[in-house]
Amino acid sequence: MVRGASAAATQTATRASTTGTITRDGVRGGVGTNADRPDGVPKVQGRFGFSSDAFAEGMLWGRTLRSPHPAARIRSIDTSAAEELEGVAVVLTAGDVPGTATFGLEHPDQPVFASDVVRYQGEPIAAVAAVHPEIAWRAVQAIEVDYEELDPLVDAEAAIDAEPIHPDGNVVRHIEVVHGTPDDVTGEVVVEGTYEVGMQDQAFMGPESGLAIPDGEGGVDLYISTQWLHVDRDQVAACLDLPAEQVRVTLSGVGGAFGAREDVSLQVHVCLLALRTGRPVKMVYSREESFFGHVHRHPARMHYRTHADRDGTLVKVEARLIFDGGAYASSSTAVISNACSFAAGPYRVPNAHVQGWAMRTNNPPCGAMRGFGSVQVCFAHEAQMDKLAAELGVDPVELRLHNALETGDRIITGQRISGVAPVRECIEAAAGAPLPDDDLGEPLQFPGGTGRTADRGDVRRGVGLAVSVKNLMYSEGFDDFSTAAVRLELGADGDPTATVHTAAAEVGQGFVTLAQQIVRTELGIERVHLRAADTSIGSAGSTSASRQTWMSGGAVKGACEQVRERLLERVAEARNVDLAGARREVLSLRDGAIRHVDEHWSVPLTDALVDAPVEETYEHHHVKTDPFDEHGQGDAHVSFVFAAHRAVVDVDPGLGLVRVRQISTGQDVGRALNPRAVVGQIEGGIAQGVGLAVMEEILLSDGRIRNPSFTDYLIPTALDMPEVDITLIEQPEPGAPFGAKGVGEPPTISSTPAVVAAIRAATGLDLDRVPVRPDDIALAHADA
Amino acid sequence: MTVVRPRSLSEAIDALSDAPDADLLAGGTDFMVEVNFGHRRPQRIIALRRVEELQGWRRDNGVFDFGALVTYRQIEHELADELPAFAGASRTVGSPQIRNAGTVGGNVGTASPAGDALPLLTALDAQVVCDGVDGRRTLPLLEFITGPKQTARREGELIVRIRFDRCSGPQHFLKIGPRNAMAISTACLALVADTDARRVRVGSGSAGPRPMRPDEAEAFASEAVDWDTGDIASDDLDTFAEMVAGATAPISDHRGTAEYRSYAIGVLARRALRRAVADLAGATS
Repeated sequence: MVRGASAAATQTATRASTTGTITRDGVRGGVGTNADRPDGVPKVQGRFGFSSDAFAEGMLWGRTLRSPHPAARIRSIDTSAAEELEGVAVVLTAGDVPGTATFGLEHPDQPVFASDVVRYQGEPIAAVAAVHPEIAWRAVQAIEVDYEELDPLVDAEAAIDAEPIHPDGNVVRHIEVVHGTPDDVTGEVVVEGTYEVGMQDQAFMGPESGLAIPDGEGGVDLYISTQWLHVDRDQVAACLDLPAEQVRVTLSGVGGAFGAREDVSLQVHVCLLALRTGRPVKMVYSREESFFGHVHRHPARMHYRTHADRDGTLVKVEARLIFDGGAYASSSTAVISNACSFAAGPYRVPNAHVQGWAMRTNNPPCGAMRGFGSVQVCFAHEAQMDKLAAELGVDPVELRLHNALETGDRIITGQRISGVAPVRECIEAAAGAPLPDDDLGEPLQFPGGTGRTADRGDVRRGVGLAVSVKNLMYSEGFDDFSTAAVRLELGADGDPTATVHTAAAEVGQGFVTLAQQIVRTELGIERVHLRAADTSIGSAGSTSASRQTWMSGGAVKGACEQVRERLLERVAEARNVDLAGARREVLSLRDGAIRHVDEHWSVPLTDALVDAPVEETYEHHHVKTDPFDEHGQGDAHVSFVFAAHRAVVDVDPGLGLVRVRQISTGQDVGRALNPRAVVGQIEGGIAQGVGLAVMEEILLSDGRIRNPSFTDYLIPTALDMPEVDITLIEQPEPGAPFGAKGVGEPPTISSTPAVVAAIRAATGLDLDRVPVRPDDIALAHADA
Repeated sequence: MTVVRPRSLSEAIDALSDAPDADLLAGGTDFMVEVNFGHRRPQRIIALRRVEELQGWRRDNGVFDFGALVTYRQIEHELADELPAFAGASRTVGSPQIRNAGTVGGNVGTASPAGDALPLLTALDAQVVCDGVDGRRTLPLLEFITGPKQTARREGELIVRIRFDRCSGPQHFLKIGPRNAMAISTACLALVADTDARRVRVGSGSAGPRPMRPDEAEAFASEAVDWDTGDIASDDLDTFAEMVAGATAPISDHRGTAEYRSYAIGVLARRALRRAVADLAGATS
């Protein structure tokens, strides 16, 4: 959402078969409308409190000492000089962790503080709390660590057979998918390729920050930017050796997430510092520290062989996927599971043999980022589809349509798609959108932008298309349920007021808006308050996997339905109406009153609520999924979502510079519950996909990050952002609350390969790696 | 940490005589970034923004004379017609906020190989005027800048003015960055077709330890251009591009490889001269 700021300056055309408002009773701002964000105006005015703004009287400032080396043995740590500095309250190292020494989202394999071995550059060694940030900085400088540097293991493929760098081994997960009879079939046409994706960063705007306040009774309150309050709580409690209820976590204003806030960063450190000093402690990472303080997108090397018959029908996909997870497991096991599941793309592929490895190396840890495993394989499978089309001499769009998945088809993990699968509609919308003017526009819009490097004759235009598939929600048997409480009562002015409470992390995506919309639609109440998200209510699951609309949206809807039932029962009891069995239908909540269907009476909500409020809590679970069998087969996913992107790109081959002129997209959204918010997600996701295509990469040299800043890790500006033409494909998904699918991830997945396909079309080059660098185009062009 | 805020040049020089090794702060667009990163821990700062004598630019008797505190924004907006390449270079610097703060004196004083103002100042043989405890002196830019982020500025001295002779004829600035705006240059080049002296003048940036002046390429192009008709043979453009590319000594770093930089400087040189010659043809036709 923060990144959408650049998109806001560009033109967006939206096409949608919107079904209009479905709000009951003419209440404004219900489901299906462009309801305003409750936090929109404060954010624009600079009044919104982000976690970095948190403050407590008498607070200390925490700071982390990090390893400068990607691989080293620690011979000794001397904190005495730091402790003697005036203003330093405490210096903590591994020995000070009272509970579990390690943490992790899926496997607790990451030390709170490294004590004997350092496995990545930036790994925390110690934390200090001091009365001033500058003193905390000096204290960190004063800690003496004696390292014995080791040769870092930085090649993920070599790591498979290398000496383990962690007691849990180097292979975090290996998956083998065998679908159909891959050993027995060969296509009449086979295309082959090896593809690479560089390490992308989520590049959120608000660096990691949090405030921990000890409660004086051994517990702690943590105010934090995160994506999932309850897993933070559980990991902090385990490391602090506290029962979960003594760690209370409240969401603080989040400045973007994109996956980078799923893992623990400073949570354990700041709570530990607060409990040891008995004072509130605040930590805020600098931009540079942020690059070392969160996980990134897995870089990947992918070897592909795609088989087809002469008529273009896909026969088999073979792939070897090597994902570099860096030093610790984070969510690597789930990322590689996704990569394997969607390795063949949104196509009918009867036979597949896919092997995936999530590897441990001394590179920075990698984990969740928007698109989560689908991004990497989409770059590869879409390049393969274009290669196949070229080999067959057919139109790449037709080839895709010919093989497009439909409802009832199976993906390569054997799962039959039971929901909607409008792959064809997505492709047709993207491919059929109006093309931009042939004219290149103003010189500022040429490749090279403000640098004015190109003249008209230096520029060539290319068009490319790509299609993607991804899962919604967590997979492989995980029950990532969500909880919501809805309370209906009379406000101070006597009007009915609803209050909704969840632990769903608002990270900019707009769940706060949606929660209000759902309550308005379900209860016909316009005034809906939001309680702060915290751990005093049950888990909402993570704000990731495009799941909050479905999961927490479903929880809010369920809680509203129960509130309505209680209200009807209350009125029935007062009016002696029998609600047993089919009789339940005789009362309904409409136009602010409980009405009897055939008698001519009604009870206004204000009367029904005058004695007591109604409050209900609801837990929403998705359908049960299964783990994979030994061949990577099983109904592991809840639902699937699809998108297609067509990119029109202007390239200056002589200098290797690129300007993405337009991206048109058709996206499978199920139903747009807030069309404006959906458009925002699509624009922002495309910005991130364009970034990966042409500029965004964490550059590593022997495990060291060379560009940990926004000076050198570049994300798109308004002059890099294309026009966007959006078609929302609205086919309600069975089983989804309101029929809506999550929309956050698909825009990022296939926009990247579409841009690269367009650059290939403009230049004739192979370009098997993203981001595409000027060198890759210009030097190859100069040689040609 | 102490901060002195002089209002006049004499106050600034007094401050320097008290603290000859003090850090000089102008727009702060490099300085403050280094402070924020913890790479620079200043003890004594002389903040120059209020110094009257360092403000503004003027043109007297065919000499452009810039106070060290002239900002990119001023150059971009006030000199778009008279010094289009200087205005164009200024437009490529950071965001509007950065251009409001960053100064030409700071660009020269920082002496980054990627300094966007430096290629044109090189092509125009700019002079750097310093003043200080030991008096005033003037140095050619390429004597003032001695290496990457290294200058001949002495302790107790500050840059007060940047001067160059007005030059008639087309001028162009081209800059490659890793994105289409707000980028540090991977390679950049300024070219002036000096119609009075009938001389092609070139400065390149991010192409060596300091701004590069390809003398032989300049001499070749000055001969190759038909100054009366505004014409040049395509082969001569190629030769010129090769010569300019050959007169670079770039490094490989995270912003680009040496191979790409040299190659790209050649392409920029070819295009810049092509544009300048087209301008000449337009002017004569």
